[in-house]
Amino acid sequence: MKKHNLLARVIIIVVVFLLGLYAVIGPRRRPALADFKWSGIKQSLATNIHLGLDLQGGSHLVMRVKTEEFLKRLTEEDFVAAQNAAKDAGYDVKSGRADVGPGNYRVVIEPGDTSKTAEIKEAVEKKVELGDTSVWNYSGSGGTLTWSMTGAAERTLADNATQQALHIIETRINALGIAEPTLQTHGAQTSHQILLQMPGVQDPERVKEVLRGESRLELVHVISPPSPQPAATYATQAEAIASLGSAGTVPPNRKVVPYQERNDAAADKNQPKPKQWVVVEIPAIIDGSELRNAQASQSQGGRSDEYEIDFSLKKAGADKFGAWTGSHINEYMGVVLNDEVRSIAFIKSQIYDRGQISGRFTKQTAEDLALTLRSGALPAPIEYLEERTVGPSLGADSIRAGVRASLVGLGLVIVFMLFYYRGSGVNAVVALMLNMILMMAGLIVFGATLTLPGIAGIILTIGMAVDSNVLIFERIREELRSGKTIPSAVELGFNRAFITIIDTHVTTIISSLFLFVFGTGPIRGFAVTLVIGLLINLFSAVYVSRTIFIWLLSRRKMESLSI
Amino acid sequence: MFQILHDVKIDWLGNRRWFVGISVLVMLAGLFSAIFRQATGRQAFNLGVDFKGGTVVTARFKQRPSDDAIRRALVSKGVGDAVVQPVTDRTDTVLIKVPLEAEGQDGRARVREALNTFGSEARAGTELEADQKAAYKIVGTDAVGAIAGAQLRNKAIAVTLAALVGILIYIAVRFEWTYGAAAVIAVFHDVLVTLGFFSIFQLEVGLTVIAALLTLVGFSVNDTIVVFDRIRENRKLHRRDSLYKVTNDSINQTLSRTVIANGLVFLSVLAMVLFGGDVLRAFSLALFIGVVFGTYSSIAVASPIMVWWEQRLEAANRAAALSFNQPVRGGARPAPVTPGPRKQRSTGAGRA
Repeated sequence: MKKHNLLARVIIIVVVFLLGLYAVIGPRRRPALADFKWSGIKQSLATNIHLGLDLQGGSHLVMRVKTEEFLKRLTEEDFVAAQNAAKDAGYDVKSGRADVGPGNYRVVIEPGDTSKTAEIKEAVEKKVELGDTSVWNYSGSGGTLTWSMTGAAERTLADNATQQALHIIETRINALGIAEPTLQTHGAQTSHQILLQMPGVQDPERVKEVLRGESRLELVHVISPPSPQPAATYATQAEAIASLGSAGTVPPNRKVVPYQERNDAAADKNQPKPKQWVVVEIPAIIDGSELRNAQASQSQGGRSDEYEIDFSLKKAGADKFGAWTGSHINEYMGVVLNDEVRSIAFIKSQIYDRGQISGRFTKQTAEDLALTLRSGALPAPIEYLEERTVGPSLGADSIRAGVRASLVGLGLVIVFMLFYYRGSGVNAVVALMLNMILMMAGLIVFGATLTLPGIAGIILTIGMAVDSNVLIFERIREELRSGKTIPSAVELGFNRAFITIIDTHVTTIISSLFLFVFGTGPIRGFAVTLVIGLLINLFSAVYVSRTIFIWLLSRRKMESLSI
Repeated sequence: MFQILHDVKIDWLGNRRWFVGISVLVMLAGLFSAIFRQATGRQAFNLGVDFKGGTVVTARFKQRPSDDAIRRALVSKGVGDAVVQPVTDRTDTVLIKVPLEAEGQDGRARVREALNTFGSEARAGTELEADQKAAYKIVGTDAVGAIAGAQLRNKAIAVTLAALVGILIYIAVRFEWTYGAAAVIAVFHDVLVTLGFFSIFQLEVGLTVIAALLTLVGFSVNDTIVVFDRIRENRKLHRRDSLYKVTNDSINQTLSRTVIANGLVFLSVLAMVLFGGDVLRAFSLALFIGVVFGTYSSIAVASPIMVWWEQRLEAANRAAALSFNQPVRGGARPAPVTPGPRKQRSTGAGRA
């Protein structure tokens, strides 16, 4: 082996080592002597390595957007609108229905006069978006009108709903002031799942509460004789339906909804008002999409612990609202939140762009509600599939256990290598230590997240890293036994073992890659450390170890090799 | 130099009937356990929340009530089917496992309600010790819904199989497909044996166990490759030797490496089992079993299968060559009859 070759090797190794060391303790500030003490190293690692939620504590939520609910509501709303449009145009509608189910979203209308289907179709599609052929397929066979949602549209609409939900959730999470949240879609696109990770959040109850808030706000016309008579309310749902005088059925442009003035304020908790029912007109005058802003504020004239929500409307909504209120003076209007009437008021004068939801809220519920109103309504409810939380103390326990196991494993391996391979064992131990330092550097440089299974990956790397050295050393011993000189035995040992080392590394990396793709969070951390460890191992256990041998052999003529 | 297992001459393949017997026996035991438990209405595997769904609450107490007291508190709040499990590392901590809930019910909230009978929980954001009045604190939860559970289960199976196929392809490219198939069968054997142990001893199967199984896949193939690499090398060097003899020699030559290297991995896994804490226990145990059987299978399962397969192909090849006077199998290795450079027949490690 030529001299300059050795020099080049040594330079490469020293440079890599220094770079690794710099990555571990350097980048934030100039290293001081204290950094090289045990406590200093611990400190540097703690600040530089990004810990996973299972070690630093935090919440991990996987939720699913119930897109089928979104499609269901869309279909049902279109059905009601279509029926109203047909009636408004003067056609008799005998019956109709909205079919809802995966792969089968349909609006069906049976007209009284089956010869008029073409005219009805035209009247309906002029007013309702059922005419959009990229979403709805129309068929008019047998005297009924049927609009079926296409499969492509079903997928696109569901995907859009998920994206919209993701966006709204992001707004809400940011408004709550959660530090460094991770929010992304999760799993297959068709699964409509969202992953939310919040480091440091131990109890996600409040977050879930805010996310759960669907906050569908509607301002509706309450069917009632005008003021000064009181608003018509009914004690039971049946009474409310009976008041419609249509033989127990609710006509398509009416809806019976519960009415309860909510008492969140502590003082009123013991005496809740009884639940009542009212009849409202659909569609609503305006809905939450027309909101410009919503803010919690103290009730005027009420007690200081009572809150209400002031809202303002966008231009288009304000125009619509102003026109409607102008023509309905003295009639009753209701504020409907999530299909429940929260307050009823009669219209004193024309209102344009401002309103209040008074319902005796507490400060926090009012603020949360205002927040969910501002961020817009979620297109569909969400359900939680996975919820994992780790408190910082549990995480600290895991770190302690992981570090202890690593040190014990490392110690056992080092003792064995020194005992069994003597001088060459030192060689393997140097390679192993270098591997550990570069592993830490790798984690920091790639910004990888260290998790508890990740620590397990490091421990396993310790075991598997020495495998390469064992392969090489055993091979060198074999060559020596067959009578080779020391230099050629070393040369052959490395060359022959290298093929095997490549094969074994590749297979382990293959299975780690699958693990990386499959896993989330902690499991992924395992694959990361294992792959980093194995790649570094090719350098430390083969290249560095060989250089040490070359150096030993170049110094003097060796009579025997300590192996 | 100090060494173990130098110059061994064990007829591994000669004992293959024993090995096959042992492997089949162990696998049957696991299979029997799984089927028997399933048939008698119990669970084949002790699936964790990851796969079954449900909630696990980790609670830490200042003065830990007895398991029974906790159970009674849970029952009084309507959580009747919860499992209370002590944590081996910390006596002040307990795991409470609540099975899958109906939609809209929050396992964590219900457990908290029950635990409030022992005193209040530490305020959010404060540690248990810091809150004077608190009696306990929920330090961790894992809640998995039915959909996520089924999803994770299917994904785990799919990914394990995909990893096996990936490895089969790699070995098929690097060696022959018979080698790849033999290695994959051996790994499959290891996975089944490990799962068998998990069924017999009802150890909890969670996501980390799947990670351990995949690691095991890599590790076991690793080991098999070391032997196969040596066989490949020796076949070139000793063309006159039968595959049977070359395989035996190769196993013997690599035996000391196998024992030492796997012994070291075994040591580090042992450190994990003993000191790695409760969260990693199932993972470490799976690896523990896997390392032992992974080592065994590369010698006792992979090599015999490969030799048996190659011999059958060779026999078929020869028969075909006799009848048609031409080889039928594309890419066949030279049969043992191929004249090669005369070499000293050697059995040990020595080689020119």
